[in-house]
Amino acid sequence: MADIYKLFFGLIAVLGAASLIAGILTWRSSKPISSTLVNLNARIRAWWIMVAVIALAFVFGKSGVIILFALISFAALREYVTLTHTRRSDHWVLIGMFLVVIPLQYYLVWIDWYGLYSIFIPVYCFLAMPALASLWGDTSRFLERISEQQWGLMLSVYCVSHVPALVTLEIPGNNGRGLLLIAFLIATVQGSDVLQYIFGKLFGKHRISPNVSPSKTWEGLIGGIGSASLLGASLFWLTPFSPLEAGVLACIACIMGFLGGLVASAIKRDRGVKDWGHMIEGHGGMLDRTDSLVFAAPIFFHIVRYAWT
Amino acid sequence: MQSLAGACLAGLARAITGVIPIWLGTKPSQNQRIYFANHASHGDFILLASCLEPEERARTRAVAGADYWRSNRIRRVMAEDLLRTVLVERNWVERAQDPLEIMLKALDDGQSLIFFPEGTRNMGDEPLLRFRSGLYNLAVARPDVELVPCWIENMSRVLPKGTFLPVPLLCRVIFGAPIAVELDEDRKVFLHRAQQALLKLKPATDGGPR
Repeated sequence: MADIYKLFFGLIAVLGAASLIAGILTWRSSKPISSTLVNLNARIRAWWIMVAVIALAFVFGKSGVIILFALISFAALREYVTLTHTRRSDHWVLIGMFLVVIPLQYYLVWIDWYGLYSIFIPVYCFLAMPALASLWGDTSRFLERISEQQWGLMLSVYCVSHVPALVTLEIPGNNGRGLLLIAFLIATVQGSDVLQYIFGKLFGKHRISPNVSPSKTWEGLIGGIGSASLLGASLFWLTPFSPLEAGVLACIACIMGFLGGLVASAIKRDRGVKDWGHMIEGHGGMLDRTDSLVFAAPIFFHIVRYAWT
Repeated sequence: MQSLAGACLAGLARAITGVIPIWLGTKPSQNQRIYFANHASHGDFILLASCLEPEERARTRAVAGADYWRSNRIRRVMAEDLLRTVLVERNWVERAQDPLEIMLKALDDGQSLIFFPEGTRNMGDEPLLRFRSGLYNLAVARPDVELVPCWIENMSRVLPKGTFLPVPLLCRVIFGAPIAVELDEDRKVFLHRAQQALLKLKPATDGGPR
């Protein structure tokens, strides 16, 4: 477990440096300080809290991580459903999503029942939700209501639950190091978000999809994913992978993460909101911070499961 | 006991709805106030109260319908002992006490009120029902009390009528600029103005029925 301490000390060093730089920038800038700088300071403060929360979960091992991600799913699903069209007749379907589906999905991950947790939402919930809704007899905008909630469960619960599920993978020679695999995924994907933000702010010129997100540029994407892949390769000692394998997996996870952010932006743009919520200061809501993880986690999980177990 | 119940309910409301107050037209203050809001759920006044500062919450009571809350023992204990609501009879024919007197007494005791001028929970597709005259009568009788419009967003989806388990959805309460009755203002004109002041706070997109 010495490796995990190394990672967290590294993170504290990076955050410390970030706070120092932001502090100097704030001190030297003209008053009143620009909104970008206010936001940067808020983001760094929030990062300290997020790292502390993740560290706390890691102290409690597998159960800690599963509980943390169940709560993340809860917060993410709450933000998602808030932006959807719901009717009074959907009440019990919605209650079931929060009170039954989230606990059950994470319980199945906890008891490592891969055969069920990998199909529970895409098969059983997929069929049960329209069945329940049609029993209520309200057909108004039926297709839209059902598919919106199915999307919500897939994104906020099913995909997110693949992060803690990494701990259950039995990779030969990696016994007891499942938590480090989670740390690797979170560090590279979130690192990629931060690096894309930095590269975009410094060099961003050519927008990728101005209709969807004005802040995503080719310069930010290439610089961010390239450097995050190098970061992944340099973190290979957390994982059962060679440096090259770690770099390639990190690159795939970061590309998925970018696509997740793009899809999340498209949904937000469609609903006319800037952020999913206001839970994390400077960042927006829980989904603003986890949208990249949502897309990266299941793909990363299945590649590792296919090729290493 | 009552302040503990209030603090617990406010904490619960925050945990379920992540509610944040948006002080658009006014700030939290020591002034005695009547918070008037749209009404579609039993959770409305708990949500609104959870947005107030603890001292203000302690002296703020919601006005609720006696015919509903006195209809059985559990409701009566909840409304009178736990939530400290000001219960008024809505039925004009059989009522024993004038609702206005009861509300004015609460105001004269220095309390702030949460008031739903529609008089009942709104179950329709219209954002607001017609305002009853209660708000006008209160405003004329106690002109020093600030009338603060508060738009409650999403609570009707969290706890719709006839349900007891809340769906966790994000809620907001938007506080607008206080209004007052103008000299010789007609009842209907004032009520329309109050309704518009509240409607103006309704966000363009709130995730609800579009």
